[in-house]
Amino acid sequence: MADLYAVQDLRLSLPDMTRKPLLGPAPRIEILKGISFTLPKGEILGIVGGSGSGKSTLGCAMVRLLEPTGGHIRFDGHDITHLDEPTLRPLRRRFQMIFQDPMSSLNPRHRVGQIIAAPLRLHGFTDIQAKVADALDHVGLARPFADRYPHELSGGQRQRVGIARAIALRPEFILADEIVSGLDVSSQAQVLNLLERLVRELGLTLAFISHDLSVIRRLCSRVLVLHRGEIVENAPVTDLFAAPKAAYTRELLDAIPLPDPDQVWA
Amino acid sequence: MSFLTVTNLSARLKGTGFPILRRVSLSVAAGQVHGLVGESGAGKSMIGKAVLGILPSSVEITEGRIELDGVDLLSLPLKERRRRIGATAALIPQDPLTALNPSRRIAPQVTDRLVDILGWARARANARALELLHEVQIPDPERVLRSYPHELSGGMRQRILIASAFAAEPKLIVADEPTTALDVTVQKQILKLIAEMQARHGTALLFVTHDLGVVSKVCQSLSVLYGGMVVEDTPVRDFFRAPAHAYSRALLAATPKYTDPMASLVPVPEAVIAGVQAELAAFDRGARHG
Repeated sequence: MADLYAVQDLRLSLPDMTRKPLLGPAPRIEILKGISFTLPKGEILGIVGGSGSGKSTLGCAMVRLLEPTGGHIRFDGHDITHLDEPTLRPLRRRFQMIFQDPMSSLNPRHRVGQIIAAPLRLHGFTDIQAKVADALDHVGLARPFADRYPHELSGGQRQRVGIARAIALRPEFILADEIVSGLDVSSQAQVLNLLERLVRELGLTLAFISHDLSVIRRLCSRVLVLHRGEIVENAPVTDLFAAPKAAYTRELLDAIPLPDPDQVWA
Repeated sequence: MSFLTVTNLSARLKGTGFPILRRVSLSVAAGQVHGLVGESGAGKSMIGKAVLGILPSSVEITEGRIELDGVDLLSLPLKERRRRIGATAALIPQDPLTALNPSRRIAPQVTDRLVDILGWARARANARALELLHEVQIPDPERVLRSYPHELSGGMRQRILIASAFAAEPKLIVADEPTTALDVTVQKQILKLIAEMQARHGTALLFVTHDLGVVSKVCQSLSVLYGGMVVEDTPVRDFFRAPAHAYSRALLAATPKYTDPMASLVPVPEAVIAGVQAELAAFDRGARHG
C-alpha cells in the first residue's frame, strides 16, 4: 500500500537556553539525529522510548508543530518539511493530534460541543452541529455530553472528547501522544479498544507514542524504538517482542514489571 | 507483631458527608511491604495520608483507630500526635519535582527533619546526609548536596527523596506512587533501591500504587480498594494465583501484560462495577443502622 508518511534523515535541533552565554547565541542541542522510516496507509505505528529520547519531538515534527532543521517529511506525497503556515493550513485538516493531558488540552470554559466544533469552524465546514453529534457517537459519548464542561467528565470521558475533536475533521492521520498514560487501567483499556475500532471504521493511519511497551503490543502493528534521538529498532510488533534486536529494546522489555510474582526481574 | 494497625477507619468529606474511607482495616509488620491498590478515587492515597496525619482539611475521620507502634494516634492530642508521627514515620512522595523546594539547595532539604524534629546539630545532620546519598548510590554526593533540584534528573531527585525519607531511621514509610513519574528503566532502579533500603533498615512500608506489576515485585501483601472500601486483603502470591473478589480479577485482567496481549487490557465489565457498587450501598445501609 502507498506510504502516507515518508520521513528521511530527519534532524531537529533546538537552542539550549540553559547554556546560553550572556551575549551571543545559545548552543544548539540535537534532539533528532537522522530519523528515516515510512508509514503505510492504515498502519498503527508505535513510537516508544525513554524520557528525552525524542519521541514527542518526532511526533511534533510529523504534524509540523515544529519545523525540522534537516531532512525531509513527505505527507501523502507533499513535502511538508519547510512549508509556511498558509500553505500548510489546508493540509492540517488531514493530520490531527490527540494530546496526553485532556485537562490542559480542553478549554475549561468551553462546553464539549464548542470544543469539538472549534476546529470544524476554523476549517470552514458547514453543518457543524451534525458533525459534532456524529463525532460524539463515534467515541461512544451520549449527545447530551455536548452541553457539559470538561471538569464534569471523568478522565476517560475527557480523553474521548479529545479523540472526538480529532476525528470530527475526518483526518487521514492521527498522532496520539501518550494519551492513556494518565488513565486508570480500566479506562485505558476502553480508550485503546475505541481507538482500535476507529482506525478500522474510519480508515485512519495512527502514530501512537507511548513509554509502555505492553500497550504498544496490544494496539500497534509496527514499532519504532527511539533512544537519544535515533531509531535503534524498527520492526513489526510480533518480531520485536519475540526477538528484540537492539540492546536498548531488550533493556526496556526487561524493565517492565509484569503482574506476576514469578517473573525474574533482576 | 505488626507495626502499623488500622482498624475500621472511616473518613468523609466535610459538608456533603461523602464517604472517602469505609471501615478500612489493615496491618503492616516491621520489615514488611504492604501494597494499597485501586483506581483513582478508590481512597488508597487517603489511607497513607490518614496514617501520616496529613489528610486534606476538607476530609474528617469519623471512626476507627490508627495504631503506630502500639500507640493509638487518634487518641493523642494533635501536637503529641504530630511529634510521634514525625519521629517514627516518613513519606516518599509521587512527584519529586513538586516535593522539593526549587529555590533551596538539596542539603538543607534532606537535613531539615533531622534538625527540626530530632534536634540534631547541623554538622551532624550534614554528615548523615552525605552518608545517605552514598547509600542511595548517588554519584558525587558532595556536589549533589550543593545543587538545586532543577540541576538533577527525575531519577536522581527521587533518590534524594528516598534518602530523605530514611534519614531519621523511621519505622514506617508511606510510599505514595513513588515511581509513576519515571520511565520504566529508571522505575526499575528506584524500586530496587526502595526494596533494598527497606530490607536493610527493617522498615515497614505502605506502598500506594495503581500498578499491579509493581505490586508483584515489591509487596508481600496487598489491599485492593474500591470506593474507599477494602474488597480484598491478601498475600501477594495468593492474589496473583487466584484473586478472590470479582473486582480484583477484573482489575488484573485490565492490567497490560506484553507477554499475553490478548488476555490483558480488558476493561472492567459493567456487571463487576454494578456488583461492587451494590456492596458499597449495602455497606452504607449497614453503617446507618448499625
